Amino acid sequence: MFKKLATSAAVLFAANTALAEVEIQFWHAMGGALGETVNEIAGQFNNAQSDYKLVPVFKGSYEETMTAGISAFRAGEAPHIIQIFDAGAATIINAPGAARSVEDVMASAGLDFDRTDYISGVRSFYADADGKMIGMPFNSSTPVLYYNKAHLNAAGVQPPATWEEFEAIANSLKDNGHIALAQSHTPWIFFENFHSRHNLQLADAQNGFDGLPTEIMYNNDALAMHLGKVKAWKDAGYYGYFGQSWDDNQDAFVKEEVSMWLGSSGSFGGLKQSADFDFGTTFLPYWESVNENAGNTFIGGAALFAMSGHSSEEEAGIATFFDFLTQPETQYFWHRETGYVPVTNAAYELAKTEGYYAENPDAEVGVQQLSLPGGEWSKGYRLGFYVQTREVIYREMDKLMAGDTTPERALSEIEKAANQNLARFARTVQ
Amino acid sequence: MTAQKQKLPHGITPYLFILPQLVIIAVFFFWPAAQAVHMSFMLEDPWGLASQFVGFENYALLFSDSSYGRSFIFTLVFSFLVSLISLALALLLAVKANSVLRAQKSYRVLLTWVYAVAPAVAGLGAYFIFNRQIGVLSQAFNDMGWAFNPETDPFDASFMLILVAVWKQVPVNFIFFLAGLQSIPKSLQEAAQIDCQSDSKRFFTITFPLLAPTSFFLLVINLTYAFFETFGLIDTLTQGRPAGATTTLVYKVYQDGFLGADLGSSSAQSVILMILVLVLTAIQFRFIERRVHY
Repeated sequence: MFKKLATSAAVLFAANTALAEVEIQFWHAMGGALGETVNEIAGQFNNAQSDYKLVPVFKGSYEETMTAGISAFRAGEAPHIIQIFDAGAATIINAPGAARSVEDVMASAGLDFDRTDYISGVRSFYADADGKMIGMPFNSSTPVLYYNKAHLNAAGVQPPATWEEFEAIANSLKDNGHIALAQSHTPWIFFENFHSRHNLQLADAQNGFDGLPTEIMYNNDALAMHLGKVKAWKDAGYYGYFGQSWDDNQDAFVKEEVSMWLGSSGSFGGLKQSADFDFGTTFLPYWESVNENAGNTFIGGAALFAMSGHSSEEEAGIATFFDFLTQPETQYFWHRETGYVPVTNAAYELAKTEGYYAENPDAEVGVQQLSLPGGEWSKGYRLGFYVQTREVIYREMDKLMAGDTTPERALSEIEKAANQNLARFARTVQ
Repeated sequence: MTAQKQKLPHGITPYLFILPQLVIIAVFFFWPAAQAVHMSFMLEDPWGLASQFVGFENYALLFSDSSYGRSFIFTLVFSFLVSLISLALALLLAVKANSVLRAQKSYRVLLTWVYAVAPAVAGLGAYFIFNRQIGVLSQAFNDMGWAFNPETDPFDASFMLILVAVWKQVPVNFIFFLAGLQSIPKSLQEAAQIDCQSDSKRFFTITFPLLAPTSFFLLVINLTYAFFETFGLIDTLTQGRPAGATTTLVYKVYQDGFLGADLGSSSAQSVILMILVLVLTAIQFRFIERRVHY
């Protein structure tokens, strides 16, 4: 009798473990419509298999999500997957034992992973010095130029490919009562991507990929020239500066105060809903005088990291989700819903064969720009305490636009603060 | 006969009664404060994997940072203005509401209910009112010929913050002032009315001195409010912008610690803040309370 009971208990127990789904916590920073799309992908994943249950949790902004992950890690309660943005990459990749490389996670779960499946602009940003991918690229975007077709037609001009061309057409737009240009993210567009587009180095140690950098290279003539020009454009009424907020600058474009706007390729979906006019999309302009063969830009956005300290069963769950996420169908769905670029070549091909770009040529501009031939310095950057450095860049831009500083003084302030941040960060890493 | 001091025999029972309170204070105040002091002398990586003792380096960095100095000055000016304006306005409103004969209750309710609005909600409301595309007040200022740009002009941003912070704080002060006014004996007021015709003179010689305890209490409360509780407003309205001009000390602690993951610097800042508030409170009790007669 007793033996019988014990066996049935054991059978029950076994059945229970087989039935219980392993829960995978996924902390992300995708609010609003983006968050709904994340939930939809989680739902698709949970329906597609029964071993794991993915639980997406919205944690606020990128910074807040990273801080939440850090506190949870310190308390020994880290989520399985966390979304970390470009400026925070150094924080997680340099911390030994905070995250497991996506390649290792996939390998130990016995799932295929080939880094060459990923489109070139995406592959390197979250990889280590040897090209081994640490983070799984998730929402990838890049800065592009949006333009109001009616405004440009009325002025009889074409969207500019270079800043030289921009200077030539800005006045015609002004004559029609429009501010020619605005942009929504000074550090990302005018600093980081200014360097990748023109193939300029931005920090020592291979932009921070090859060890801990100690020296930022923002204080250069090309950037000083560019910032001087931007200030001159503002004074001439060609450039509208609406502060640091992303939305205030985007709204100026949506309300047709401004004819052209530098935003994210991921802004496409939102613009389609909010703008009552026909707009077009093109590459981020460059200075022909700085580099006539301008190349690809960095990816912006964020990547997913598998946090360490979880059982092998849970890690297998993480790997299974990553595998699902990178399926061409999932990527194509994400690309279509959000405007973020597809991260794999296969997904990009799928979007092409489905005829998505024939109907929406604007949606392809981001991928094309990321796939431009790149130079040595367009793979990415990895800088410590870079969130604070970006804060200083924003601050100095405010001052420059208000006429309280010069491009040279602003750049030397930024250089000083950034180097201090780099040195301080380097000491925390042991 | 000399008065014998009566000594009550007691064991541990009284201590048991205050124990819960002591535990709460220890867990929620002393322990975190001690933690902050400890962290302020350390340089630690965000994940808590490695940390080293760096002495006063975190403090030295702050004092050599000009943006920290600016934030310090802004905090003092901002707190002073918010406290002064909201106290003055509330006093005026309380005196007037106290002497209104009709619909006194409606006035009181209308002047009080803003108190129920959470700072973050007030900030969001203000965000829409001051938004440059759809904001009503923003539009009004521009129509009056003031190119109002809180997103790029430090003065406009500070003005906006002070306006909203005062609006949010007036009701609290109003309630206390009103209660204070009503506790002034009627007979005293009537006697004063016979001796003195001038309303304002009566106010400054009789009413205001009698309100001094209330005013002093409110001053302490208001400065603390302006220092700490305006965080929600700043976070929803300006995020310390433009050019860091509206970054209060508390907001900077948040920026460096929570957004930037630099715990050492952030802890040093909160220790400085702690000392500053202690000093301010001590000054208030030492110099102002002396002049207050209860």
